[in-house]
Amino acid sequence: MVERDVMEYDLVVVGAGPAGLATAIRYKQLNPDATVCILEKASEIGAQILSGAVMEPDVLDALLPEWRDNKPAICVEAKKDRFAYLTKTKSFTLPTPPQQKNHGNFIVSLGSLCNWMGTKAEELEIDVFPGFSGAEALFNEHGDVMGVRCGDMGVAKDGSQGPGYAPGVDIHATFTVLSEGCRGSISKQLINKFSLDAGKSPQTYGLGFKELWQLPEGRTEAGTIQHTIGWPLNSTTYGGSFLYQLDQDRVYIGFVSGLDYADPDFSPFEAFQQFKHHPQIKALLDGGEILSSGARAIIEGGLQSLPKLDMPGALLVGDSAGTINVVKIKGIHMAMGSGVLAAEHLTEAKTTAGFDERWRSSPMNGELHKVRNIRPGFAKGLWRGLVTAAIETVTFGKLPRTLANHSDHDSLNKLGDGQSPDYGWGDRSLPPRDRLASVYFASNEHDEDQPIHLKVADTNLCVTKCAEEYGNPCTRFCPAGVYEIVEENDGKRLQINSANCVHCKACDIKDPYQQITWTTPEGGSGPNYQNL
Amino acid sequence: MKIIACVKRVIDYNVRVQINREGDGVVTDGVKMSMNPFDEIAIEEGLRLKEKGVADELIAVSIGGTESQQQLRTALAMGADRAILIENTEPLVPLGAAKLLLKLVEQEEPGLVILGKQAIDDDRNQTGQMLAALWDRPQATFASELTIDGNTATVTREVDSGMETIEVDLPAVVTTDLRLNEPRFVKMPDIMKAKKKPLDVVAADSLGADRAPAVATSDYSPPPTREAGVIVESVEELVNALKARGLV
Repeated sequence: MVERDVMEYDLVVVGAGPAGLATAIRYKQLNPDATVCILEKASEIGAQILSGAVMEPDVLDALLPEWRDNKPAICVEAKKDRFAYLTKTKSFTLPTPPQQKNHGNFIVSLGSLCNWMGTKAEELEIDVFPGFSGAEALFNEHGDVMGVRCGDMGVAKDGSQGPGYAPGVDIHATFTVLSEGCRGSISKQLINKFSLDAGKSPQTYGLGFKELWQLPEGRTEAGTIQHTIGWPLNSTTYGGSFLYQLDQDRVYIGFVSGLDYADPDFSPFEAFQQFKHHPQIKALLDGGEILSSGARAIIEGGLQSLPKLDMPGALLVGDSAGTINVVKIKGIHMAMGSGVLAAEHLTEAKTTAGFDERWRSSPMNGELHKVRNIRPGFAKGLWRGLVTAAIETVTFGKLPRTLANHSDHDSLNKLGDGQSPDYGWGDRSLPPRDRLASVYFASNEHDEDQPIHLKVADTNLCVTKCAEEYGNPCTRFCPAGVYEIVEENDGKRLQINSANCVHCKACDIKDPYQQITWTTPEGGSGPNYQNL
Repeated sequence: MKIIACVKRVIDYNVRVQINREGDGVVTDGVKMSMNPFDEIAIEEGLRLKEKGVADELIAVSIGGTESQQQLRTALAMGADRAILIENTEPLVPLGAAKLLLKLVEQEEPGLVILGKQAIDDDRNQTGQMLAALWDRPQATFASELTIDGNTATVTREVDSGMETIEVDLPAVVTTDLRLNEPRFVKMPDIMKAKKKPLDVVAADSLGADRAPAVATSDYSPPPTREAGVIVESVEELVNALKARGLV
């Protein structure tokens, strides 16, 4: 038995994103004498936050009004909105959907904003622990959540204890709040254990890519926001781009592909890179330089897929649950809002019970209700999706119907079930050349001498059944080239380059056999995003 | 014996360093900062000497702005007993740093000062040597092994020709090389303890050291990008290509 230190807190928060920081900060504002800690697997607060990001500032204004005097390194007022449909060579401006109008909003680096919120949390005497991952939930004798176990440090690749081995601390807390973001590993464990998704529509996800570019002088107009649909995706694949123009000749550029795509040969990374070569975009980027890049799964199921938010001893907040408003393309205010509400609920009710009901009678529920049918409407293709979106928008989502989602891992066609479509993609010249070159801009680091944190249940299945049925889609959907099928003298085998992993969680979601489990690596490992 | 170990706040080694648009410095806005890795080794070595009973106090010292307190807190969480920040926001070169450290060394009278052999931001590799000279005490640089017996330190140094072992009388200055040790993981309860350990802030001006740089940096530029190569099919083609460029 490993002997572990135990630390006691009133509240432990797992994950220092907008939801977790808002929970901790609000709870401490309301309960100055309470003991609160936040665990964060990244080496620094904000270093593994990846978001577009256009933020509605209302919740943050209420929580920490002084943020406006301490704006993050990247923070530009939204000025102009453009929504466009792309063909391979043309761009057609469409009316901007009312949900996507951004007057009064800010384009921010959410990573930098979270980093600043981390310093505010410390000023409130919250114990902020970057570099420490929450590895698993702890349960008391009644089966209620009673805290989390932090990941061990210094375990060697073969699982033995290395010379610097330090067992992870057990954190015991009255309340545990999971704010791990989309597809959190402890959240997944608890959603299963407490059947929090019982009676809900299956969850659905997207995979987002983002790059920060420094451009030659004079090409940008700070505050201009553009979203596109259409090319490089065909009309049966859901997704689109974002392009946010910043100050100092910089832009955020990104692309999201729905993970419910059907073509086993589809590569979300390649789709993003192709998008950058659309004539309109290429003209903007040519001659510029990438400063940083990253990828992250996005939770898109909306209200009908939102699990129950409370369980004995613990709550889910933000995208651990899936509170993002996908139609608005905004999740930060919803994440912070759910965190604030969680803190208020715990303070007033002194129990986790009843939080789900409370959230569902809050305006946040109403916001998601209005748009609930728009994302599932796109399951039948782009055009029918746009029609559904238009109908749902003009009726404010009041039609008495709720469209269901379907899960992403069973949406893939098998090889030979219809031909892989020709997307009309061409040669590329803009960096990064490939996924490995892209990972370089994520400033990624994993100590090589640690166990592989991506657990594949049966690697034999990869080279037999999966190779035959789907042609190993993991080698294409992973944005970091983690999965590779290598040929050796005695046949093929799966190689997992876990040190490349950018913690996006796409493999845990999309693997058709659901046999990949993403677990937290040694604390402090992973991407070190700068200004994303 | 008292040990001083010096730490510098630098841009994290995982970060791709970028030159700012003005060309007079590097981008630090929104960039991850951490303790210079060689200094982490210096702290670790100090801790090991304490654990062996050779030293009874380890003081972590840094020179920099208020934000350098973060790195000192890390040193305290690793196990240093107390910390001193010499607060300075003026441009500083190694000679200025050495003069400031000398003032502190004169006050604290340590038996050993351990520094990283260089900081990974400017790679100057001078402060330790200059401090030893100003202090008029022996120096053992690039240490990969350090043992202390009474008033003598035996230091194995990594030099161009291989390894060199020397003995120096204490007090002395030692600078660390990469193989000296592997720093420990900081433990969560120790982070809590570190918050309560003393961290004194001393204004650089109050130490009375002349630290005005005698060297000014005029501008920064990135290394030239490598031009695309040419793939040749045969030796003949290679030779022709070299000839065409006048290289053979």
